[in-house]
Amino acid sequence: MRKTLMGNHAAAVAVRLARTGVVAAYPITPQTQVVEALAEMKATGEFPGRFVRVESEHSAMACLVGAAQAGARTFTATSSQGLAYMHEMLHWVSGARLPVVMAEVNRALGAPWILWTDQTDSLAQRDTGWLQFYCSTNQEILDATLIAYRVAEELLLPVMVCYDGFTLSHTYEPVDVPDQALVDRYLPPIQYPYALDIKEPRAFSALPKPQEYFRLRRRMDADMQRAQEEVAVAEEEFAELFGRRYSAVEGYQAEDAEVLLVTSGAPASTALDAVDRLRAKGLKAGNLRIRQFRPFPTAQLRRFLRPGVKLAVVDRNYSMGHHGIFCEEIKSALYAMPNPPQVFGYVAGLGGGDITPELLCEAWEDCAAGRGDLNAPVWLEDSR
Amino acid sequence: MPRLDEDPFLTPPIITGGTPMKANKTGHWRSARPVIHDDKCTGCMLCWKFCPEACVTIEGDRPKIHLDWCKGCAVCVEECPADAMSLEDEEGA
Repeated sequence: MRKTLMGNHAAAVAVRLARTGVVAAYPITPQTQVVEALAEMKATGEFPGRFVRVESEHSAMACLVGAAQAGARTFTATSSQGLAYMHEMLHWVSGARLPVVMAEVNRALGAPWILWTDQTDSLAQRDTGWLQFYCSTNQEILDATLIAYRVAEELLLPVMVCYDGFTLSHTYEPVDVPDQALVDRYLPPIQYPYALDIKEPRAFSALPKPQEYFRLRRRMDADMQRAQEEVAVAEEEFAELFGRRYSAVEGYQAEDAEVLLVTSGAPASTALDAVDRLRAKGLKAGNLRIRQFRPFPTAQLRRFLRPGVKLAVVDRNYSMGHHGIFCEEIKSALYAMPNPPQVFGYVAGLGGGDITPELLCEAWEDCAAGRGDLNAPVWLEDSR
Repeated sequence: MPRLDEDPFLTPPIITGGTPMKANKTGHWRSARPVIHDDKCTGCMLCWKFCPEACVTIEGDRPKIHLDWCKGCAVCVEECPADAMSLEDEEGA
């Protein structure tokens, strides 16, 4: 059924459709309506799972450690400082191989106090062992959440579904809400293989020897690498059942492009408009949308790159003293190519400034004209 | 150095201990032990509530400290409102 949903409600509806067993969350702008909607659904009986109120984001994730270890399908949602506060538990969840799914509504980090979007919060969790998906539409928030449960439970790794605060979280869009029966076919009940059993008590996450820890970490990485294939399989099956196709990297007018914009999140949909405007002027423009940040889709990215193409990476995030974070990841992923393309960084919209078609066109034209600097990003400001 | 080139999938995703954490006795970490003085104890159970290691159980209407696991942090001694607890050095500590 087609409904008009804000991004946050699309996430909540996906959690209900997934028949999630336990939700533990603490409200924070701009994530609040995810939790609010689930609490309302709980009150009306529409959501039959457990809803656990907690005193902090750290407790929310700690609560899900217990719930997931008991074998429940679990969910939480947060943003910005809340995610930073949760950071320690993110490692406990991935290391314990618990398939927790989280909606992460991207919001810039203080100080100074800031409410609007940028991706530095979730990208700063790069090394926590969580898969990360970045959504560009409200439909994708719903769909990616369902896909997240499929891959999390297959790989025994947690998944973060990230989307832009306000731009998606608070904006209403038409969203196809699939039938429960169809979702049930895609997402059978969770079968966590290490679920607690009171008849056979065991010690979980107890102190190993360094050699065991080393091997466990290597196994975890092997599963993260396996995720490249497993996510693609889950997306293919999703396309067969629901008719919507996603992949780790999505190209638009990429085949003959001389310069490719590289974008993620909501600006990646704005970029389609920017590419159309540039094409209308006879310029060979294209866009690559990066949907998956961990595991980083190196092979999928390289497939789009013809010799001589230049990349203009637009980052709404930043690693101080270095570069935009997607830009750096892309450089690292392409370094081992025989003739890697030149990668230019553009930083824009930190703290929620608009990333408009005009701004993206400017980044593209700047790069095409050879005005980019391979060693330093260009900071583009929305002048309004 | 030897390289770890065996199939990573030969390692399980997690390793669980065959014995529950209850078997992991931590009492020998202690250099001082909490002692409850029955004449002053009111049975308010704040020691049970505050023990960060859940080493205090309620036996009838009185608390009991399980010294096999008590690490000697003395939170209970600090919190006891009736002043019914003291901390005594372990022998040889």
